[in-house]
Amino acid sequence: MKPAPFTYHAPTSVDEAVALLAQWGPQDGRVLAGGQSLIPTMAFRVARPAHLIDINGIAELAGMSVKDGVLSIGACVRHAAFESEALPGPTGALLRKVVRHIAHHPIRTRGTFCGSIAHADPASEWCCVMAALDGTVVLRSRRGVRRLRAAEFYQGIMATALEEDELLVAAELPLLAEGTRTGFAEFSRRKGDFAIAMALVCYRLADGAMVEPRVTIGGAESHARRGPQAEQALRGHSPGPDVFAKASEAAAAAIDPLEDINNTAAYRRSLVRALVERALESAQ
Amino acid sequence: MTERRAITLTINGNDHRVTVEPRRTLVDVIRDDCGLTGTHIGCEHGVCGSCTVLLDNEPVRACLMFAVQADGRRLRTVEGLQQDGKLHPLQEAFMKHHALQCGFCTPGFLMLAVGALEKRPDLDDEELIDLLSANLCRCTGYENIIKAVRAAAAEMKAQA
Repeated sequence: MKPAPFTYHAPTSVDEAVALLAQWGPQDGRVLAGGQSLIPTMAFRVARPAHLIDINGIAELAGMSVKDGVLSIGACVRHAAFESEALPGPTGALLRKVVRHIAHHPIRTRGTFCGSIAHADPASEWCCVMAALDGTVVLRSRRGVRRLRAAEFYQGIMATALEEDELLVAAELPLLAEGTRTGFAEFSRRKGDFAIAMALVCYRLADGAMVEPRVTIGGAESHARRGPQAEQALRGHSPGPDVFAKASEAAAAAIDPLEDINNTAAYRRSLVRALVERALESAQ
Repeated sequence: MTERRAITLTINGNDHRVTVEPRRTLVDVIRDDCGLTGTHIGCEHGVCGSCTVLLDNEPVRACLMFAVQADGRRLRTVEGLQQDGKLHPLQEAFMKHHALQCGFCTPGFLMLAVGALEKRPDLDDEELIDLLSANLCRCTGYENIIKAVRAAAAEMKAQA
């Protein structure tokens, strides 16, 4: 249960970090941010990186800012930052609903939003948020800057478009329009465990009807994604139990569920139906 | 690969200058190099919370950080809770409410709760249970731990 030896690098600027990644990325170098997923896998020696590039000392990655309707989240912003009442509007309210489902308080004080995005665990709540809000990742390397939308970035279970010399420097979330209602529900066997499934919903009301509905499912498939069939079932209707039930059925029918030793595909499908309904019922 | 780094950990106000391999976790260095064995090692992969310490007053899992990452930072461990021979109100409450049996998980629970209560002594019951779900106890169970933390919260609030 002790990590294997590695060479430790502690850059203090993004330029320095991407230079180190260009040099060591192809030689089994890894970025260390919060370390709440990487360090356990190193303790088990499932991961044995030869080089760790610790980005925690890079001041320019530590902050969050809002500009032109976009929330930009630096690579070292911890999960706990989203518990703050300071984040604006319906996006802030949504992030506060979601963050309390992420692991436990002492993990949230270290783990980072962008680390979760880059790790791309199917059960990641932030990956679900990125898919729901059509977020963008900003990838820096010595070769330049790439900006990819969530749907382009995620490729499968813990698989992304991130190249080995690239640093995910920020995630950008377009802010939800004022008046957007949001709801989030997830299921795990114990508090703080990895989610078996989760659902995130957003919609606005115009003349009593739901407009711009978004239904996003996480944890149930290889990566989080929107459910257009469920969104279609909501669009233009008044919120209510019958339409929520229809949308939940549509979401559950459209997924290709992961299976594991504890959870059959049928069970995950059933959870998705229940969670979409709960998220819709709780949306405010 | 056996590169070692000189670092300084400020633990409970005392500077510890140690030279460590980067792969050493914070909890191993606190125990083995700094000699502070009050912080316990349970699962070593971030699940049990036994190794919880305060890093700049925030609770963290000391098995999920490398000691080199804490260079120059202020740490607090269970040894720092008592002041001038007087136990911390939370330690008193743990005794009074029988919140420990074997005591293995106790330092982790104490640091978790102290870190949270110093910031927010007004945590409601739901928030308190949510907080304490971070750590595992295999003998007492959780009811008495919750009672003790609730009692200490009231005490700390009264003192504030």
